[in-house]
Amino acid sequence: MSDVAQFSELSLYDYSPYDERPKLVWPNGARLAFWVAPNIEFYELDPPTNPHRKPWPHPYPPVPGYSIRDYGNRVGHQRQMALLDKYGVRGSISLSAALCEHHPEIIALCAERNWEFFSHGIYNTRYTYGLTEDQEREMIEDAMNTIERAVGQRPAGYLAPALSHSNHTIDLFAEAGGLYTCDLFHDDQPTWVNTRSDKPFVSIPYSLELNDTIAYVVQKREPRRYGESIRLAFDQLYAEGADSGTVMCIPTHNYQVSCPHRLRAFEEALEYITGHSDVWVTTGREIAEYVIAQGRQQLEGRPVEPSA
Amino acid sequence: MSDELLSYPQRHYGMDHDRYRWSMLQDRDPIVWPDNKPLALWINLSVQHFPLSGEKPVVAPPGALTMPYPDLRHYTLRDYGNRVGIFRLLTLMQQYQATPSVAISGALAQRYPRLMERLAETGYEWLGHGWNMLCMHAGEIDVATESEWIARTREALEEFTDQPVTGWLSPGRSQTANTPELLMRNGFSYQCDWVNDELPYPFKTAEGEMTCLPSCLELDDVFVLTQNLHSEDSFVQQVTDAADLLIEEGQKQGGRLLALNLHPWLVGQPHRVSAVEKILDALLVARGDAIWHAPPATIVGAAIDQIG
Repeated sequence: MSDVAQFSELSLYDYSPYDERPKLVWPNGARLAFWVAPNIEFYELDPPTNPHRKPWPHPYPPVPGYSIRDYGNRVGHQRQMALLDKYGVRGSISLSAALCEHHPEIIALCAERNWEFFSHGIYNTRYTYGLTEDQEREMIEDAMNTIERAVGQRPAGYLAPALSHSNHTIDLFAEAGGLYTCDLFHDDQPTWVNTRSDKPFVSIPYSLELNDTIAYVVQKREPRRYGESIRLAFDQLYAEGADSGTVMCIPTHNYQVSCPHRLRAFEEALEYITGHSDVWVTTGREIAEYVIAQGRQQLEGRPVEPSA
Repeated sequence: MSDELLSYPQRHYGMDHDRYRWSMLQDRDPIVWPDNKPLALWINLSVQHFPLSGEKPVVAPPGALTMPYPDLRHYTLRDYGNRVGIFRLLTLMQQYQATPSVAISGALAQRYPRLMERLAETGYEWLGHGWNMLCMHAGEIDVATESEWIARTREALEEFTDQPVTGWLSPGRSQTANTPELLMRNGFSYQCDWVNDELPYPFKTAEGEMTCLPSCLELDDVFVLTQNLHSEDSFVQQVTDAADLLIEEGQKQGGRLLALNLHPWLVGQPHRVSAVEKILDALLVARGDAIWHAPPATIVGAAIDQIG
């Protein structure tokens, strides 16, 4: 094993069976809290090499990988934004903070719409791997401060850059003033997360399975089949939401979902979901603030046991 | 861990390199295509030579040979395109009066002069497509070698066509840091490797400005059918969904471009060629009124004074 102290997987959150929790009641009696999380990312053409993970599989200049991601910002962003406008969805952006500096026009368009900005690190080509705790704190603070300066509000949520974590990631983010993480995929309802500072901190479901990049690049789904998967997920979570409120998230990337051969499938799914009553169309921050206000007891339904 | 991981020398407004200016498609002055058509259609046939030699390039292009030497299986499956598949596609193109370009491996001019004569008879525009599919413009290829590949390809093609060869598509859309300058020095005025846009745009080189006419990787037949393993029916649907979205945008926001790249070794197979016929029918017949179909140099020519 490495010399890095291991942390107990059982200390992250306490076990709580899906059907043994108190009823989760959403505002206005909605069955399901629905949020869309566009990842608006900047990948660098020539990032420094991190010994733990290569930023690009292709030697410099990584034209294939870089150029399709740049397409997301140049072409895809406004296309997805127009669609979310049409269906009354405010995006909760997973933001590479340096994009505030590179592409402030995108930030302005989203801010005008009162979208939420949460932190996704500085660049998606800079990883948490190998950073000391102080370095990681500096990176997390830098991203939060950069976003706060650009939009006037400190981010509440964190999706670690390129899903790269350390043992300290969640603790550090809670200490920097964060309220929720998108990095945990263990549940369809919010979960109280144990942090060393004992600040109120929750995990908000951010579905990796419905993430367009996972669907298109890893699972290689046909676009219409991806749209159908979203509708099937909604049907199930909406039915279960009659007993206790559920959360459904569609994480997107403008270089995937906004391609002209894929957007229609996404639009059909959005039209279907927003065509239902009793759906709380919301943002990650609003869900986090709501469940934190309800308290840990309300989420877990039993006295808190000491962590293992 | 080195401080380099937290240092960001390119963190500023715009791109993190000097190849092109940052701008969003939707914020530019609208492009007007001839006859005020909303959508320009570029079809390219990539006519490729995959050597049997067993050498491994720096980066494997899509369709690369994979088996130990001699990989007769993949060598002959690719060569099928040059013997059979291309003629099926040419028949279809003539039937629909299409005007595709052909991007050609320079080595084929030496190997198969009869194929060159047949392609020259079509009158279609030719693009340089590298010397062969092992000559990957990637990594630390020295400038002299890369320059020689480009010059040799252009000379080989121009022996067989009276038309100027001004466009370039690299094998695997890969470039080195020197490729754009070397293309300019060898008489190419536009390249199609950066897939970051849906319209032509000015691309800076040390030898002066060239045009990038972005090809579309995500709708490339090899990407959809062999990497994503989608069905032929889904491929047809993806192309028609893309055309419908782009036509609608083109009517509201200014001219759009659909770039469709086909490989004779793949869609020239008897069980796939009907998908190409369905695509041509959907684009050139059913949507013919909305589409301006033209060769790539003609599309660049129509755009160049509008994209400053």
